[in-house]
Amino acid sequence: MRADFPILREIVHGKPLVYLDSANTSQKPESVIRAMDDYYRHANANIHRATHLLSERATKLYEGTRANVARFINAPDAKSIVLTTGTTDGINLVAASYGRMVLKPGDEVLLSWLEHHSNIVPWQILCEQTGARLRVVPINDLGEIDIQAYEHLLSDRTRIVAISHVSNALGTINPARHIVAKAHECGAVVLLDGAQAVPHLVVDVQALDCDFYVFSSHKMFGPTGAGVLYGRKSLLEAMPPYRGGGDMIASVTFEKTAYNQVPYKFEAGTPNIAGVVGMGAAIDYFGSFDRAAAQAHEDDVLAYATERVRAIPGTRIIGEAADKTGVLSFVLDHAHPHDVGTILDREGIAVRTGQHCAQPIMDRYGIAATVRASLAIYNTREDIDALITSLARVREVFG
Amino acid sequence: MSELSDLYQEVILDHNRRPRNFRPIDNASRTQEGYNPLCGDRLTLYVKLDGRSIVDVSFQGSGCAISKASASLMTEALKGKTVEQARELFDRFHDMVTSSTDVAAPDLGKLSVLSGVREYPTRVKCASLAWHTLKAAVADGTDGPVSTE
Repeated sequence: MRADFPILREIVHGKPLVYLDSANTSQKPESVIRAMDDYYRHANANIHRATHLLSERATKLYEGTRANVARFINAPDAKSIVLTTGTTDGINLVAASYGRMVLKPGDEVLLSWLEHHSNIVPWQILCEQTGARLRVVPINDLGEIDIQAYEHLLSDRTRIVAISHVSNALGTINPARHIVAKAHECGAVVLLDGAQAVPHLVVDVQALDCDFYVFSSHKMFGPTGAGVLYGRKSLLEAMPPYRGGGDMIASVTFEKTAYNQVPYKFEAGTPNIAGVVGMGAAIDYFGSFDRAAAQAHEDDVLAYATERVRAIPGTRIIGEAADKTGVLSFVLDHAHPHDVGTILDREGIAVRTGQHCAQPIMDRYGIAATVRASLAIYNTREDIDALITSLARVREVFG
Repeated sequence: MSELSDLYQEVILDHNRRPRNFRPIDNASRTQEGYNPLCGDRLTLYVKLDGRSIVDVSFQGSGCAISKASASLMTEALKGKTVEQARELFDRFHDMVTSSTDVAAPDLGKLSVLSGVREYPTRVKCASLAWHTLKAAVADGTDGPVSTE
């Protein structure tokens, strides 16, 4: 599996690269890199617009990816897949289009303490614009959503619930199906932020029964600048356009514009075609291995990492949910995360240090930052051994 | 490639462990917040002025070794300086930590131990946070926290 990712052969600061920052962005397999290269060599043209062969090829690749995405997350229809620039774009689209359409003063939007800034700020902007109120579901000390509190906060004023499927800062897997079912009982719609879920879990939007599901290509072995918004088709059809421009219209006069049908009415302008093609190749890559075995492997590496890091004196693991995937966040009592990051980097080890775009969680634990080692299918126990050895180096410097 | 020990010199580790002037000043002439949202470092800088003269300066806050040591060393360097001299020192410090690694770092006496951050572009902001906070503290007619982002 490692052999599929050319960058993992890189030497950094004279040491072999140990990449433990996949929750930030994942590395790309050869097949994704080649698909994008092939696209520019043999198919580059604008989509949906021209009668020539290259445009036909580009359109086929682009729309082929849409169908591929629908199969990947078991969406009922390729037309319920809006291609975006990423998770942030998808959340902003839903907030600006659906949110502004339905929210009235006094209505409520429900989030959790686990959210990434991208699943907080668009809703804050929306609440400011509409007079709706933002409510936040607390988490327990393990980093799990307090489900009783969630059910208590739900009411007939709740219009939108926006919650991560998997937390980026702590790795907690949230009980998404239950969250959706309870919200539906109150008549609220649910957006699940799947950015950290799709690289690890098999996602089935029909089984989850969510109304919106958003994720990014770049966290699942695809390129940056491409992503997905799945929406329940009846909702997408009722929603006004988000951005105006070419390709999202059926006809334009200065008096009146008729919008294109779903999903095209949300895809104004020339999209990141090569990025979408690369995302399609990433989805194909998921089809090339046994997902259950890969998940078991990742779980094994995470459990090993947790055990080894916990054994280091003066270490505190942040986020110990019973159900988690891909992320080990921790702090050391003798060194600040930022210093740890620099020392690890010099040993060839890439981790993220800081707030992970999730400042409320840091505040919740009374810390300024953590060291976050995050995993993907290409990580091994040997990577963790290298991490542990280098954490001993941190102790030497700061001891 | 530089060695880690160029960055984490003994003086820096010492100031990280035992930061100097790490206390509030009750009747400070200027109090200024500094914050780096990228890493969560934050500090409060207290400056006591007598006319244009810095008679006392101190800080409190939390941050990485580089930001803490930089703040600590800065407070030591500033005592007895005038506001104009402090501004000039800001410029010289800024030049030192952002100068090209191809040339010798300018000599800033004790503050030169921080010249190692030139080799670590991601850490320059850690070393500069206290200094940007100082610049805001001694600027005329400013308020609100400063950020290195």
